[in-house]
Amino acid sequence: MKKTYKIEVDCANCANKMEEAANKTNGVKNAVVNFMTQKMIVEFEEGYEAKKVMEEVYNACKKVESDCEIEF
Amino acid sequence: MQEIIVKLLLIVVILIALGLLITKKNDMNKHQRKMLIRILIASSILLVLQFISIATFDILDDYLFVSSGRILRFALYFTDYLIIGHDILKKAFKGIMNRQIFDENFLMAIATVGAMAIAIYSNGDYVEAIAVMLFYQIGEWFQSYAVGKSRKNISELMDIRPDYANIEVDGKIEKVDPDEISVGSIIVVQPGEKVPIDGIVVEGDSTLDTSALTGESLPREVKVDDNIISGCINMSGLLKIKTTKEFGESTVSKILDLVENASSKKSKSEQFISKFARVYTPAVCYSALALAIIPPLVRLLIMGVDAQWGIWIYRALTFLVISCPCALVISIPLSFFAGIGGASNEGILIKGSNYLETLSKVKTIVFDKTGTLTKGVFEVDGIHHNKLEDEKILEFAALAESASSHPISKSLQRAYGKEIDRTRVSNIQEISGNGVIAFVDNHKVAVGNDKLMRSLNIAYINCHSIGTIIHIAIDDEYAGHIVISDILKPNTKKAIASLKNAGITNTVMLTGDTKKVADKVASDLGITKVFSELLPEDKVNKVEELLKVEGKDKLAFVGDGINDAPVLSRADIGIAMGAMGSDAAIEAADVVLMDDDPLKISKAIKISKKCLRIVYQNIVFAIAIKLICLILGAFGEVNMYVAIFADVGVMILAVLNAIRCLFVKNL
Repeated sequence: MKKTYKIEVDCANCANKMEEAANKTNGVKNAVVNFMTQKMIVEFEEGYEAKKVMEEVYNACKKVESDCEIEF
Repeated sequence: MQEIIVKLLLIVVILIALGLLITKKNDMNKHQRKMLIRILIASSILLVLQFISIATFDILDDYLFVSSGRILRFALYFTDYLIIGHDILKKAFKGIMNRQIFDENFLMAIATVGAMAIAIYSNGDYVEAIAVMLFYQIGEWFQSYAVGKSRKNISELMDIRPDYANIEVDGKIEKVDPDEISVGSIIVVQPGEKVPIDGIVVEGDSTLDTSALTGESLPREVKVDDNIISGCINMSGLLKIKTTKEFGESTVSKILDLVENASSKKSKSEQFISKFARVYTPAVCYSALALAIIPPLVRLLIMGVDAQWGIWIYRALTFLVISCPCALVISIPLSFFAGIGGASNEGILIKGSNYLETLSKVKTIVFDKTGTLTKGVFEVDGIHHNKLEDEKILEFAALAESASSHPISKSLQRAYGKEIDRTRVSNIQEISGNGVIAFVDNHKVAVGNDKLMRSLNIAYINCHSIGTIIHIAIDDEYAGHIVISDILKPNTKKAIASLKNAGITNTVMLTGDTKKVADKVASDLGITKVFSELLPEDKVNKVEELLKVEGKDKLAFVGDGINDAPVLSRADIGIAMGAMGSDAAIEAADVVLMDDDPLKISKAIKISKKCLRIVYQNIVFAIAIKLICLILGAFGEVNMYVAIFADVGVMILAVLNAIRCLFVKNL
């Protein structure tokens, strides 16, 4: 399952860090952060609930970049 | 130095104050505005503090206790430092807590706190730490503003999304969300409005501006029963359209999806930069640490001279200031995004940054002939060896072929030009791959190729001119033949020449047509290699053979996307043209040309080359400046001011350079 989320992040390097953090989160098969369109495209592993995984992704991103937002 | 700083601060204060006054509310987001005000306050305070000398502060000592002037001076400067840098300090602290040590916040925090500490120790120059933080923040602000602005511009450029659809309810027009319209509904498009959903015209005629989709400025005319594609702008008349697709499946939604997701497919250069940034920042940090510790220890222990800790720590701090990788990390994706945006404005959809990159490395282009180089529409070139007049021959041929939908039959009917009276035709017998036998006005008419003539035992005359030959026999007697040929698109020849200009060394044509026809077309156009009389599956094999020879250079295949999907996906880059309204083509190809002008191929390649050139310029320029500064910094030739200007300046130049990718109109 693939879902796209709107994000808010100010610098490109931070976007890269968010992508890295999201990819390390449990239940995420693959995550791509598109800084230019301010979007995060997340592919979930099977058997995981998107909403719960996204909460963890959000926390992980907050850790690497406190200034980011993810709408989910 | 003092004077330069005062002047610089003055300029900054004036510019920002003006900027805040002039700009409209929605020019900046909340965060940017707040930041700008902070920069303004901090630089004003710093400016005022420049006019109060240490001696002035020291007067205070006479009234209060000893060194109270020194403490007050520190307090004022420190407050200013906190105003401009508190968020950086906070982020750096959080980073350390979360074990995300090596980021630019950390670098800036260490560098400025270090400079601050040196200044406290010597009651010296606090300005350096604050100025570095200040200019770093200005750089960050500029980056955020420039990127936000260009992102907005590019999105606007690509914004062909219709906001509403009109439906008629009780004679009144009502605006509704296009998502709510179901297939088969009737929608109304007024002049000046965008067509929101694909459909068929049921009432009215008009001209359409398709430039947002195709980059083609020539308007297109539509009338009742014509297909109409969403994203076009209705220019003149009122149209009523019966929708054939849902909004989400309509051309405009598909294209937007494609372009928006394009920059998510990362190119090799982008991956390189992410990896580079990951290694680079820690590497610089450790080098700075080494620079602060090793030389003084060497001096102290081995050379036996004074360690000069202060000097080396200062140099290490300068090192940290230079090390921020922002210029690179921001400018590369921005270049690709701008390039893809600019191209889409020209009717060239590139499905990903990676494809843009591959496209710039293409050396061989393989064309499908029919529909790509030629119009795919046959025209009558001549009628030979006939006893009856030309008109009559055409009439018989057109009537006999009236039931067929083959492109050749269609072109014969078009050449005849008059209404076809089907009652004159009877007993139509279609012989696949050969032709047609039918009774027209009670004459037995056979229309077809030499195979048909042979099977009917009719002596036929071969033609010496090049093209597809259609023999005609009336009442089993040879009546002559019609030569038809596919005509080249008007821009084909120019397109091949301009591809050669763009650095394409190898042009190859694949076709199922006869060798004679293929060779003539190729020599007319100046195409280097031809493979003719191919079956569809042969085309894939040929492309695979060519791919083996290619090696490192890339191969692009250009087709009309209708029946060459396998070849499109097999080539390094598949380019589909004339794809407006054809979902299959949009899906199969990596690059989609919305109209069928072959000149767009060379344009796409030129855009990709320009983009990649800018990307490499930025990579080389930014890394070179940083390395030079790092080396000079290690030898103490660069102070912190130069370091911060190098950092911010490189970033600004790189961003401005990246925005150039957007301007591709005149390539």
